[in-house]
Amino acid sequence: MTVQRILPSEEAEAVVDLARQIADAELAPRVADFEARGEFPREVLRTLGRAGLLGLPYPEADGGAGQPYEVYLQVLEELAYRWVVVAEAVSVHTLACFPLATAGTDRQRDTYLPQLLAGDLLGGYCLTEPAGGSDAASLSTSAVREGDRFRVNGTKAFITHAGVADFYALFARTGGPGAGGVSCLHVPGDAPGLLPQRPEDKMGLNSSPTAQIVFDDVMVDADRLVGELDGGFRIAMAALDAGRLGIAACAVGLAQAALDHAVEYARQREQFGRPIIDFQGLGFLLADMATSIAAARELTLYAARLKDAGRPFSTAAAQAKLFATDTAMRVTTDAVQVLGGYGYVSDYPVERYFREAKVLQIVEGTNQIQRLVIARRLAKGE
Amino acid sequence: MKIVVLVKQVPDSGLERHLSSDFTVDRASASNVISELDENAIEAAMALADAGQADEVTVLTVGPDHAVETIRKALSMGPDKAVHVQDDAIAGSCAVTTSAVLAAALGTLEYDLVLCATESTDGAVGGMAQMLGARLGVAAMTGARKLTVDGQKLTVERQTEDGHETLTASTPAVVSVWDSMNTPRYPSLKGIMAAKRKPVTTLSLSDLGLAPDTVGAAGATSKVVQAEPRPPRSAGQRITDEGEGGVALAEYLASQKFV
Ligand SMILES: Cc1cc2nc3c(=O)[nH]c(=O)nc-3n(C[C@H](O)[C@H](O)[C@H](O)COP(=O)(O)OP(=O)(O)OC[C@H]3O[C@@H](n4cnc5c(N)ncnc54)[C@H](O)[C@@H]3O)c2cc1C
Repeated sequence: MTVQRILPSEEAEAVVDLARQIADAELAPRVADFEARGEFPREVLRTLGRAGLLGLPYPEADGGAGQPYEVYLQVLEELAYRWVVVAEAVSVHTLACFPLATAGTDRQRDTYLPQLLAGDLLGGYCLTEPAGGSDAASLSTSAVREGDRFRVNGTKAFITHAGVADFYALFARTGGPGAGGVSCLHVPGDAPGLLPQRPEDKMGLNSSPTAQIVFDDVMVDADRLVGELDGGFRIAMAALDAGRLGIAACAVGLAQAALDHAVEYARQREQFGRPIIDFQGLGFLLADMATSIAAARELTLYAARLKDAGRPFSTAAAQAKLFATDTAMRVTTDAVQVLGGYGYVSDYPVERYFREAKVLQIVEGTNQIQRLVIARRLAKGE
Repeated sequence: MKIVVLVKQVPDSGLERHLSSDFTVDRASASNVISELDENAIEAAMALADAGQADEVTVLTVGPDHAVETIRKALSMGPDKAVHVQDDAIAGSCAVTTSAVLAAALGTLEYDLVLCATESTDGAVGGMAQMLGARLGVAAMTGARKLTVDGQKLTVERQTEDGHETLTASTPAVVSVWDSMNTPRYPSLKGIMAAKRKPVTTLSLSDLGLAPDTVGAAGATSKVVQAEPRPPRSAGQRITDEGEGGVALAEYLASQKFV
């Protein structure tokens, strides 16, 4: 990858270098095999964790690395360039830590966060339900207070890391209907009655388990309520604002991988006596791919810098997620085209990139929902 | 126990490498990295430190100014401090004179165990541990694939072509390791940050009491007078199978001592 990065500090350079080094040595050689076998790379994530890469954007006082989002996202991009599942796993873990890190009490942060950020544990985020993804405020999983515990019942759907996560950020209904009746609970992965179902058979991301989780009378201590009672929906949305940027960074890394592969191929493959990249029809296609990736990266980093500066960033984050993931879809589609028949067979990774890109337009708010977020701001004259 | 790990900065063996006009390794224009096996020596030291068997790990390197990058890299894996012997007169040293510099530097340090790689990825002489053992008057156990420490007793499994030998010695001693000994850890972010603050002592030849003309190109015991690039790969030998292909293959493999 020949991306010129402008990083804010020497420390940040070291962080990104370390990520790249581990990605080259540990991710790149394993991705094809693990994807083919559908095995989750738990040990690879431990390696990242031990290196300190599972708590990047959280404060050092809580056990994180205190890195700006701008740096964290470029680490995700480097990981996604080799293996999007691993980058997404880091992103989901970061998302799962968000409620405690931003809304937890001092005592909760002291008790849980250092462990969560130390790198040995992996998190999951339980918001979506079978009946509702986009309309998350209509969720129906219930958490009923009984003494000093909550009794949780219901089913969550499409949960990344279902069955392999050590803890979950769970959103459940504690009050009346709508967004105002949702609370956030920090739930241990081995809680009795927490039942991950059979993993879904997916189009891509085959090395990452995605499954329903049934909550069957799961008892959760009341001191695991994160934020205020019935105040969970705001936390869920704030988490997704930040999480979206992670998905955008994954999309940029994935698209860059597809571009680099396509360029290398087009420089070597000859037809009609010359390298196919010399045909303007293909050269221009690659030029457009490269340009839209550069734009997606900058939009993503712009949103991150707004966040790092403490400015409102959710519109920019929605724009970045929308643009970067649509870019990844188009770029990976075109990369298949550049390889012709070889793009359609699994001897080359481009068909996998193509399948992986699709999901990025769906998760953490579909791209229709991103447009909705952006349009609403415009309608309000903001 | 105090451990000193020898570390060398070398041109990246994964990239194209060149010799200077005087046939010494071109270090100035190369992309320099830590010699790969040195990471195994550091890992061996840090494993002992993690197990509570070593209370101080020092990195020692002889090299030009930019070798300090390699020192930081080594320190980010966990050692406590570093010593950098730097003197323009050292440039062009052969392995024998380098061993004299290292021995002199070790003389300024406290150590129970000196760990190093069996060979470097640039010179690949593979004699440093032996030479240091001789110069320091301590045991040198080379080519280790396993090292255990029991008080002052060191036990090494020495990798040989057809198995291994078990060697023992008491401290102080020099042990050189192969990559079969362990898998080096990645530095952690915390390690990288901490490495910037760890002490690095720079020593010159006069600090070590060595005369400039005993080292470097002047004092070298060997000199490269000619070098040629490796010839391009030849096309290889093609066996056409006319019913006897298998036999021909087996004969070829036998003639090359593969079978
Ligand atoms: C691989 C994978 C991993 C996932 N991981 C997680 C996870 O870890 N945690 C989690 O909670 N969820 C996860 N999800 C769920 C994901 O966030 C949801 O699938 C997504 O939010 C969409 O919800 P849905 O599938 O119910 O689709 P629906 O909400 O039913 O949407 C169907 C279609 O209607 C469109 N649509 C809906 N509402 C509107 C509207 N108002 N305007 C215009 N169009 C609209 C959508 O854009 C979409 O095209 C994951 C999904 C996948 C596929």
